[in-house]
This record gives sequence, C-alpha cells and structure tokens, in this order.
Amino acid sequence: MSSDLDKARKTAFFDRHVAAGGKLVDFVGWAMPMQYSGIVDEHRRVRSTVGMFDVSHMGEFHLSGEGALGDLERITTNRVAALDEGSVQYSAMCYENGGFVDDLLVYRLSDSYMLVVNAANKEKDLEWVRTHIGSRTELRDASEGTALIALQGPLAEKVLAKVAGKSVVSLKYYQSVTSQVAGREALVSRTGYTGEDGFEVYVEADEAGPVWDALMEAGAEFEIEPVGLGCRDTLRLEMGYALYGNDIDEKHTPVESGLMWITKLKKGDFVGRDAILELKQGGPEERLVGFELKERGVPRHGHRILSEGREVGVVTSGTFSPSLEKGIGMGYVAAGTDGPLGIEIRNRTIPAATVSLPFYRNGTVRSR
Amino acid sequence: MSKRDLRFTKSHEWLKMKGNDALIGLTDYAQGELGDIVFVELPAAGTHVAAGDVLTTVESVKSVSEIYAPVAGDVVDANAALEDSPDLVNSDPYGEGWIVKLKVDDASAVDGLMTADEYEEHTKG
Repeated sequence: MSSDLDKARKTAFFDRHVAAGGKLVDFVGWAMPMQYSGIVDEHRRVRSTVGMFDVSHMGEFHLSGEGALGDLERITTNRVAALDEGSVQYSAMCYENGGFVDDLLVYRLSDSYMLVVNAANKEKDLEWVRTHIGSRTELRDASEGTALIALQGPLAEKVLAKVAGKSVVSLKYYQSVTSQVAGREALVSRTGYTGEDGFEVYVEADEAGPVWDALMEAGAEFEIEPVGLGCRDTLRLEMGYALYGNDIDEKHTPVESGLMWITKLKKGDFVGRDAILELKQGGPEERLVGFELKERGVPRHGHRILSEGREVGVVTSGTFSPSLEKGIGMGYVAAGTDGPLGIEIRNRTIPAATVSLPFYRNGTVRSR
Repeated sequence: MSKRDLRFTKSHEWLKMKGNDALIGLTDYAQGELGDIVFVELPAAGTHVAAGDVLTTVESVKSVSEIYAPVAGDVVDANAALEDSPDLVNSDPYGEGWIVKLKVDDASAVDGLMTADEYEEHTKG
C-alpha cells in the first residue's frame, strides 16, 4: 500500500474492503475502494441484482432551531418549505454570481434538517453554511461519526426487508424513515446515484461494521457484492447525473447545467437568485449536453468537443458505458450548436451525436 | 503459453519471438492494474517504430494506457479480434489477447529485455 493511502482517512468499513480484495485509492483524502472484481462486473451487478457502496466519505450537516427553515431557503436553490417530515430533496447551493458551491441532498427530519454534501467540498460547504446562517440556527457537522451505505439495485428492497423494519419497504422514492437495521438505529432513505431502485442507510460509524455484515449476509441469496467508486461513476453517468467538479462547478450555474428543475425562482430570494434570473432571461452562452460516440473510443474529461471543425466545448465527464457498450459523455457546448459533433480523442476526431438524458432508460428507479 | 518464452519491459509489455516476428501484448499484471479494457486502438500495418515509441493505446473503463514498442521494427499485423473483444487482453493477456505483431529490425535487441523472473521482481518493487 502506498504511503499516501496510509495517510488517508479510513471509513468504518475499511478492513472489510481490504478483506474483500478491494482496490483502495486515495479519494479526496479518504481511502476508498475503486473496485473489487472489476468496474464492468460491479456495474452489471447493480443493474441486475444488488450492490453495496461505502459512501461514508460524504459530509452530513444538521441544521436545527427556529431559523433553520428560513436560512436553508436562503442558501439552497430548491423549495425547502415543500418538504414534509421524512422527505428528501435534491438541491444546490450557489454563490451570489450563480455558480455552484455544491449540489446536495436536503432531508427534513423530525426536529432538524440534514444536508448531505460531496466529500470533496465538505470543508468549503461547512464554512459556507456557517457564514450564511443566523443566530437562531444551530449547525452541527455529523460527518465524522456517520457511516453511509448505499444499497443499490432492483433487488435492494428484498435485501433490506430481511434486516430492517416494515416502514423501509413501503418508503417511496426520495422519502426517509428512521428504522432499526440489523438491530442498530439508522436513517434510511429511498435514494441513490445509480438509476436503480435502492436505499441509502446512515448509521453511527461506531456501530456500522455489523450493519455492513448483516446486509452482505442478507443479500447473499441475491448475489450481492460490494461495489466501488469506479462503477458509481459509470452508473451515474449513464443516468446523466451531474458530478461536482466535473459537470458542475463554481463557473457554471443551474441555467447552463440543466438544473433549473431544482432552482425555484418563485420561492423568494436566495443566494444567487438575481444572477440566475438574469442569465435565464438573457440566455446562457453554453449548455450541458449528453452525447454518444458513433465509432469506437472513450471520451474523457477535458477532451475538446468540435462542430464543423471548430471547438464548441469541452467534455466534463466521459466513459465507456457498460450497459450501452459505447462511449458516452457530457460536456458544455456553445449555445446554438446544432448537428453532429466530434470528440477530439488524442489526435483523432471521433464522430458523436447529442442525445437526450438519461443515456440508460431501463433503470428501476422510476418504477417506484 | 509458458512465460519462460516471453521477454518483458518495465512499462509492462511482453514480447514473444517467432522467427523474426515478435508478438507483443500487455502483461497480466498490467491488465489487472488497468481493469476492464474496453477499447484497443489497432496500429496500421507498415508503420515503423523505434524502441520506446508509442505503438498503440489501450483504454480501460477508468484510464488510458499507452503500449510502447519493446524493440524497433515494422508493424506487420494487429489483433483484429480485439476490435469486438478488447476484453481478451484481460482474460488471456499472453494468448488470445496479443495486440501487435512486429517484424523486428534486430533480433539481438530482444536479449536486452527482462526475463519472466526479472519482470516478476520488477512488479514487486
């Protein structure tokens, strides 16, 4: 193991990843499994039965107090007041200029809100939230003590039903409930980043190991396997889900990135609203599109996108799609770009065409 | 195929001589590090390469890797089976997963490459 990895932080499941033959990498300071048996196998496992991710590196903040709702409406783009207890919402935080601070999930719990943020942005986000809330809101960073398991795949419900309460099985998409999971108190939501049905299970890090083991045991009859960050990326990209740092960043706003559906301009003022409104009215200079390659090749982050021989944009995410068995990607292209594209891969231009998202349409997520 | 017949490079290619022609591929260790290989660019026959030149490129799901010419020579063939089944490089790296056939300029150059034992030492480092 390299010395970098020795210094990296370990999740509650680190020893289990090693024992399962996981290939560990340093991911934003965390020792995380990139893959076990192989990215394509693991990808297919999640699409066909069920796989289990360790995503404990994500950050969790709890906001409570009289000011929490009002402050959250100010610092996130989606309408927080629309959340009933237990509901979960995809949202974003933006700078005054409309650029993304981060994308996140907002949970309305019984006596607080929970924000789940990207590991790479955790410290930045914590500081951003801290400086944008009032004295009537309490902020608690629970990231350190929280382990997070993402159980994903068409058979995820069957696995969880064996070790959790009935309330979990009846959960609707983007709803959460507290439940015992393998005898431990957990927060369970029907959410995920794969396009398949599935759950995310938040549990105290100290108690998390046995929960992992119980899920693996319960899933054995469904051929459950631990799956790594490698297939997390291919799964999310097949769904056209944005990844912060690739497809969304501080230089882009919800207007260009197709995330106006989580941006509620009519809800009242929020940080970034004026800039976003102006951009929307004026029309953005570029927009995030999905494309597929028409010949063999694998598009990657940073490749140039061409139209009629001219550079019109850059690939933000690209991969070989295990489900579609072709190169797919997303990237920002200049407004008004029409017709066939070319992706410049090393010294060749591979023909490509824009396609509507998601790339993969047979996922079980929508069947809920 | 016995690994005793093969010679190896520090950049993880293997080479097997057959007369003046050499089959070249990616080592088992390298395919394991790369993971699922999804695309192998096949070089055109007739291209002359010097030792250390980029012969071709192999793409796995997560990364791109270049294959370097272990010795100088002319590309005489490339493994067309990899067009539809690039995963042969994963499943049979020393056999069906060969990548390029090279007509070697100077067969004695092969003696400078690593033996199987030396390569094994190298990958442990």
